[in-house]
Amino acid sequence: MRSSRRNFLKITGLSLLGIGVRPVLEALGANGSPRFVKSPARLVGKRWAMAIRLGKCPDDCRDCIAACHLVHNVPDFGNPKDEVKWIWNEPFQDVFPGQGNSYLYPDWGKRSVVVLCNHCDHPPCVRVCPTKATFKREEDGIVMMDYHRCIGCRFCIAGCPYGARSMNYRDPRPFIKKINPNFPTRTKGVVEKCNFCAERLVLGLRPACVEACKEKVLDFGDLGNSQSEIQKVLRAQFSIRRKPELGTQPQVFYLV
Amino acid sequence: MAGVFVFLALVTFPFWYGKGRTALRPSFQLDTPEIQRLAEKKCIEPTLYMRASHMKLVDSWKAAVVRDGNRWYVASDGRRFSMSLSGNCLHCHSNKEKFCDACHNYAGVKPACWSCHVVPQEVRP
Repeated sequence: MRSSRRNFLKITGLSLLGIGVRPVLEALGANGSPRFVKSPARLVGKRWAMAIRLGKCPDDCRDCIAACHLVHNVPDFGNPKDEVKWIWNEPFQDVFPGQGNSYLYPDWGKRSVVVLCNHCDHPPCVRVCPTKATFKREEDGIVMMDYHRCIGCRFCIAGCPYGARSMNYRDPRPFIKKINPNFPTRTKGVVEKCNFCAERLVLGLRPACVEACKEKVLDFGDLGNSQSEIQKVLRAQFSIRRKPELGTQPQVFYLV
Repeated sequence: MAGVFVFLALVTFPFWYGKGRTALRPSFQLDTPEIQRLAEKKCIEPTLYMRASHMKLVDSWKAAVVRDGNRWYVASDGRRFSMSLSGNCLHCHSNKEKFCDACHNYAGVKPACWSCHVVPQEVRP
């Protein structure tokens, strides 16, 4: 059977139209109700941030660290080289490298400062992650990790200027003193870091470190809301951030 | 000619080898105390769908919770569930060894869920 060019074009055109039928039918057939919805009790914020009162934090207190590491199943390998940390203490000179001088009032040179992931506006860890395991949530600015996707390449550890990321060089399970069944552990070869308690925010709870602090050193709130408590605190008091010259726009503020 | 017979015997091997034998079926248990307490004993979606596609469902939960921050699942009949492997699935199916593992071992699949997600019954002192 000889087919003319005209017939060939007709059949091609009809076939192409046929391909378009299914998406149209599916779009019409969808009932429009979403399968996944937000938790109704969650705290809503456009840009979560933290303010830390530098002078009020007692040097020997570890309440926030203990609370965070307990709820998030952070292992303790008992070895500083393998240490996994979400929130921890760092000497003042290392937290603010440019700020040290011999006359630092009164003993700041010797004090330690509580540090955690800064949940940067321009997070270098997100830029370098080859699998998008680390990503920034557009809805509230939290820099999150999807542990399922982490391949353990540690680019993010190299990329983060704040040392906020830790690698599990061994299976962490045996090194967790008390496992919290409501939060997953990690596995060998996965990087982890602070998640601003995203799993608590959906339940309407503030981060574990903020609730654990008896001295009210830590303030957590929404910078996207001009009436929020943290906005008032930051407007009332002078604050500094870690390594602002790098342009990462950290969202953890230290009130001086 | 002999070659043709050998070839045919090999090709049809799967059809006549298992003839007359019954394959072992995986045996799993659904009678946990939590399921017994349920007024209406049904899973979040129809049983057949869950049996065939629970892995796809759980995978879509993973993306919804971690990537999009959506923590609630609306089932096809409108009921709502918190999307949590340890908190929801394993709440009713509190017998992981006799439920999850029974079929997974039978089918020879090794899902990596439990290397991170905690089996609540295993950590409760």
